[in-house]
Amino acid sequence: MALKHKTPMLDELEKGPWPSFVTDIKRVAERKPMAEDLLGLLEMSYEHKEGHWKHGGIVGVFGYGGGVIGRYCDRPDLFPNVAHFHTMRVNQPASKFYTTEVLRKLCDIWEEKGSGLTNMHGSTGDIILLGTTTDQLEPIFYELTHDLGMDLGGSGSNMRTPSCCVGKARCEWSCIDTQDITYDITMRYQDELHRPMFPYKFKFKTSGCPNDCVAAIARADCSIIGTWRDKIRIDQEAVRAYVGGELVPNGGAHGTEKRALDIQKEVIDLCPTKCMEWDGKNLKIWDEDCTRCMHCINVMPRALRPGLDTGATILVGAKAPILEGAQLGSVVIPFIKMEPPYEEFHEFVEKMWDWWMEEGKNRERLGETIQRLGMKAFLEATELQPDPRMVNTPRYNPYIFYDPAEVPGGWSHDPKAYRERHHA
Amino acid sequence: MSQEAKEKILEYMKSQKKTKLYFNDLCKAVPDLKMREAKKIINQMVEEGTIKYWSSGSTTMYMLPGVDDVGKEEDSMK
Repeated sequence: MALKHKTPMLDELEKGPWPSFVTDIKRVAERKPMAEDLLGLLEMSYEHKEGHWKHGGIVGVFGYGGGVIGRYCDRPDLFPNVAHFHTMRVNQPASKFYTTEVLRKLCDIWEEKGSGLTNMHGSTGDIILLGTTTDQLEPIFYELTHDLGMDLGGSGSNMRTPSCCVGKARCEWSCIDTQDITYDITMRYQDELHRPMFPYKFKFKTSGCPNDCVAAIARADCSIIGTWRDKIRIDQEAVRAYVGGELVPNGGAHGTEKRALDIQKEVIDLCPTKCMEWDGKNLKIWDEDCTRCMHCINVMPRALRPGLDTGATILVGAKAPILEGAQLGSVVIPFIKMEPPYEEFHEFVEKMWDWWMEEGKNRERLGETIQRLGMKAFLEATELQPDPRMVNTPRYNPYIFYDPAEVPGGWSHDPKAYRERHHA
Repeated sequence: MSQEAKEKILEYMKSQKKTKLYFNDLCKAVPDLKMREAKKIINQMVEEGTIKYWSSGSTTMYMLPGVDDVGKEEDSMK
């Protein structure tokens, strides 16, 4: 079927062996005028080297201040079917487990009331439904909530839809129940998820182990990363089997053929804290020096497993560049059991939010507020005790300042007497 | 108290040159209220239709109804 708009530049993006979003949109354009006009608008943007979407909007569903992102075309005269092209963010189930029945119903709703174009999933983790008109927002929301039991996700200055890795559902390394934690955060903080109140976005992401499959340490304002505080479990027989070439290293991730593992080169020498030793028969680990990098466990999953005294490390402040550059999260709670009903965690979260709401500037992520006011101020506000494990770069800055009021016994300083002893 | 706070917030918004204001800006109109209390009142105002959310997708701001082209466009659809 011939499409309404000529798209010579977009057509170039269909060439080559990789999948093309242009081909996908063209397929939908055969039945949806909205997708057809979207192609035309995009071609014009490529031609002008300028975007043709207006910035933001005031759409939403009643009672919610997030979940809908208003998009309006600035040339509705040429492309009337995308005059409104709003995005809806739908809160994905924890770890993104769906039934095919739900997915079919979701697609049916979007085929009827939206553009038919989806993004499964956005980088937030949400299901992204791309392109609908203002009058369809409430009917779509009604069907999502009443027929599918689904809700809108977060957008704008809200808590964003919490996301997590696959967790204990399918991963033997998960130290915490990531899905339960995500569900708990989602349900407890419904108001923060749907009604904006923060200086900027706020993200929770939960990973079951330090492999951090959802990249919480790099993306979340508050990262919950599973860990253990006892010893790595070692099956010495299995270690010898890897070395003897009876087992495939890396769980077959780098090739499924059996080969002898060079344990010295591939494991011991790559340990970041050099806390391992191999004497030819047995593997020894000094667990007190282990930083939970997971490398040895990843290479020899049949031989090594996380310990049994499991919990999580809480980090705060990760973000991509906006006001300041990209930041990884900083450890603020080295170990927390992270078991229901998560009261200790909730108390921490609420103190953290109260401080950020009071102190944070507009469009300033939590990590930037901490950077501006200092980790000391954050720890005071959240009533956490400083701990050596919070130090990002040991010995980077030798100037440690103590407040006499905070040191038992305190001290007094006589500057005049000091100068008498130190003339220069 | 909440009616008085709502009036202060509206007055503040009308007195500003900018058409879109951040949550922190609105809180300046009611400095005696804690942020969470202010948030409840501001959300009530949104539900009552006296102010509106504006969102870029990443940031949420607040505006008076129908003050810019997008607002007028949306209002004209009703």
